[in-house]
Amino acid sequence: MRLKLEPSPEQIKTEKIYQQMGVSDEEFARIEEILGRLPNYTEIGVFSVMWSEHCSYKNSKPVLKKFPVTGDRVLQGPGEGAGIVDIGDEQAVVFKIESHNHPSAIEPYQGAATGVGGIIRDVFSMGARPIALLNSLRFGELQSARGKYLFEEVVAGIAGYGNCIGIPTVGGEVQFDPCYEGNPLVNAMCVGIIDHKDIKKGQAHGVGNTVMYAGAKTGRDGIHGATFASEELTEQSEEKRPAVQVGDPFMEKLLLEACLEVVQNDALVGIQDMGAAGLTSSAAEMASKAGSGIEMNLDLVPQRETGMTPYEMMLSESQERMLMVVQKGREQEIVDLFEKYGLEAVAVGHVTDDKMLRLIHQGEVVAEMPADALAEDAPVYYKESREPEYFREYQEMKPETPAVDNFEETLLQLLEQPTVASKEWIYDQYDYMVRTNTVVAPGSDAAVVRIRGTEKALAMTTDCNSRYIYLDPETGGKIAVAEAARNIVCSGGEPLAITDCLNFGNPEKPEIFWQLEKAADGMSAACRAFNSPVISGNVSLYNETNGTAIYPTPVIGMVGLVQHIDHTTTQQFKESGDLIYLLGETKEEFGGSELQKLVYGKIFGKAPAIDLEVESKRQNQILDAIRAGLVSSAHDIAEGGTGIALAESVIGSDGLGADVELEGEAAAALFSESQSRFILSVKPEHQAAFEAATDAVLIGKVTDAPVLRISVEGKKVVELAADRMKNAWKGAIPCLLN
Amino acid sequence: MKFAVIVFPGSNCDVDMYHAAKDELGEDAEYVWHDETSLDGYDAILLPGGFSFGDYLRTGAIARFSPVMSEVIKAAKAGKPVLGVCNGFQVLLEAGLLPGAMRRNESLKFICRPVGLKVENNNTMFSSAYEQGEVIQIPVAHGEGNYYCDEETMASLKQNNQIVFTYHGTNPNGSIEDIAGIVNEQGNVLGMMPHPERAVDTLLGGADGLKLFKSIVKQWRESHAVKA
Repeated sequence: MRLKLEPSPEQIKTEKIYQQMGVSDEEFARIEEILGRLPNYTEIGVFSVMWSEHCSYKNSKPVLKKFPVTGDRVLQGPGEGAGIVDIGDEQAVVFKIESHNHPSAIEPYQGAATGVGGIIRDVFSMGARPIALLNSLRFGELQSARGKYLFEEVVAGIAGYGNCIGIPTVGGEVQFDPCYEGNPLVNAMCVGIIDHKDIKKGQAHGVGNTVMYAGAKTGRDGIHGATFASEELTEQSEEKRPAVQVGDPFMEKLLLEACLEVVQNDALVGIQDMGAAGLTSSAAEMASKAGSGIEMNLDLVPQRETGMTPYEMMLSESQERMLMVVQKGREQEIVDLFEKYGLEAVAVGHVTDDKMLRLIHQGEVVAEMPADALAEDAPVYYKESREPEYFREYQEMKPETPAVDNFEETLLQLLEQPTVASKEWIYDQYDYMVRTNTVVAPGSDAAVVRIRGTEKALAMTTDCNSRYIYLDPETGGKIAVAEAARNIVCSGGEPLAITDCLNFGNPEKPEIFWQLEKAADGMSAACRAFNSPVISGNVSLYNETNGTAIYPTPVIGMVGLVQHIDHTTTQQFKESGDLIYLLGETKEEFGGSELQKLVYGKIFGKAPAIDLEVESKRQNQILDAIRAGLVSSAHDIAEGGTGIALAESVIGSDGLGADVELEGEAAAALFSESQSRFILSVKPEHQAAFEAATDAVLIGKVTDAPVLRISVEGKKVVELAADRMKNAWKGAIPCLLN
Repeated sequence: MKFAVIVFPGSNCDVDMYHAAKDELGEDAEYVWHDETSLDGYDAILLPGGFSFGDYLRTGAIARFSPVMSEVIKAAKAGKPVLGVCNGFQVLLEAGLLPGAMRRNESLKFICRPVGLKVENNNTMFSSAYEQGEVIQIPVAHGEGNYYCDEETMASLKQNNQIVFTYHGTNPNGSIEDIAGIVNEQGNVLGMMPHPERAVDTLLGGADGLKLFKSIVKQWRESHAVKA
């Protein structure tokens, strides 16, 4: 009955049905060769998801090879659920970032919610306790009803999942640009803590061991989600709503607690989350990584609906499911453990030595494919790369300083730009305190989460200024990593490693592939400079709407170690009389800046320059000064320049102001986005020690009166009450939404 | 003094309650899974926040049927201190240990932020360490904290001095008469939306919640000293 509804192997070939699944003619020929016969419908479905860009990284692998992935402290690099870095005392930090862009563009609440759910599973499937969530979001400029809807629902989806499961959402970043109007970006990051001895891997070792399925039942949701994520969004994408999964954070909370208990049981051999491509990818990858095979009886898979076909079961992306390999004979221990949480754990198969993924349904073998061919040996493409026309034009442009008449008005307008404005409207909806370890909540450079029972803490951030990357991918790639490191250092942490989410357009276009390559070059150079390898990540290509690509957006998630909780530093000014310092030179650099966007309505020209050696030296100076107890506040100068950085340090303070004198051309002094610069405040008694320790220049002091006064070359250009700035800054996003 | 921290499937502030009692207060505390059938040996019961049973049906509506709840009711009747915070408060309402009901926040959004609270009644076993009328900072984190009751109930709440905390400044959820926390008539069951267990360590932004826990311990010590 079922088989009659599915096309026959011959039909799949002659009618080229595989093309609908994103499989090319060459790939189909290769599958035929691997199998030595024509694939049936289930098999071609399995191949198509495993060989999708989302699962196989077939277009991005050559680029990913550029990244440094090892280091003294790296315990697990890319390839497992999440990367792991040693933090001493037999403890390690586990983290990863992942995209859920396409689902969120179609069904924003569930798309964002399941993005959070998926990344949490990646972390606890390693055996780690998730301790914090972050995110990185991109939207259009909140002008259209659709744009506002996407924004509000994505935030609600992230809140809905994270709040319910009880993991604090402690940080993130959001930027707004017209290029994201039809293709928003939703990247979620999870950070966990683990004892070295508890580290688990997704590997199916031990012939004869039992393959067990745990968690939610398999339904018909999310079928072909990975394939959908590997194509451009078009007007027809709305029809792919069934490819979007539906999340249940309560189920995941139970699964999380059960899994963290199960990793303490030595009957467990390996465990992996069923994420993209569900049962297919978890089984194929676990077998391939261990050099073994897996045979599964699909009749035993817990099913939410009746009459599901092998094709549907294997391609379902139902959420909150785990696949485990358990020592033969000890299955009952696992069943009992899951039962405490009201969850099912069911034996569905066993490990074999023939390196095949074999599926049985109603007594018949319905699919039989080499596990390696699905996972490790998926095709790799070397795409054509071409320098785009626009890049050459921008590089030849002469630097141009936007005209500013009224510095106060301009400063207020910049504070109202949604990318600069307060994100309180967003993080007000996130429970950022649950688990009571959040030392620095959202709203400073990086979030800081203490590690209970130790003197240590972790600083964490997500960053990426995609405007710079669009103008100059290599320079912009360096800046993205440098900015993340700056935020970590300003918070008192030492950068440990990064995870990245490479959001780009269609790699089959040579100009897009060039952006990807160059950005990776820049990021790799910066990772080396800050001794922060890439330990995990995700690639999201085909971010285009009706043929137009987003800005290249390689989001950096960085975690740093705060050696002692007392080193924790925030951006806000602390005390009247403290001295204010500027570290770093200001040049007239406005390419991709907030001021350029404000004045011209577009971005163009060269991205700001960055020298990684200089950057690294300054970061070291700041970290040393913080550790020596010399620094009251530290803030990196980013979007909007020095004027905005000073305003932010004043706004967040407890009723303080600042009196500052700057030098040079006034627009540049206030709003240039030259890199590697910092605003620091220091108690007067530390002046000598601080000046000896850094190259920073004294520019003013913190005052009692809640007013920001800035003079340039002796001429007063800004005198703004803190409240006025605060209202502009805090009111901007709520105002855009109403 | 020994605290029981009740853990329902979906509770997620259990860890915070436990550490507040154990680390900050220095008292004994244990997690108690929702299917336990005895609370003998515990001197006080803490019902933590979170999303018990995923908030399905209605907040707290399913948790109220957990086996441990009949023991919680027994402990309440016996006069032991019972504190329900956030989802714990919602469970106490559903279990009938406190009057009134909870609605969604007026904004229809989840809200997480520190808020000002006014101590309306410091003559309870949960608030004796505060000054009458004292304003404290305690965080809220909820989507359904909009407390409501009918006029008759309100009149009796006022008459019996059962309103312990009200929001000071902005009311984050639209609750009737700015109510943030109430006790039962006997005064030994407190339900409140703000999270005192999140405000026990200045490192995390404030310790105004600690006095609430200290009040419980003080009352317990005094009553037991008398008996001894």
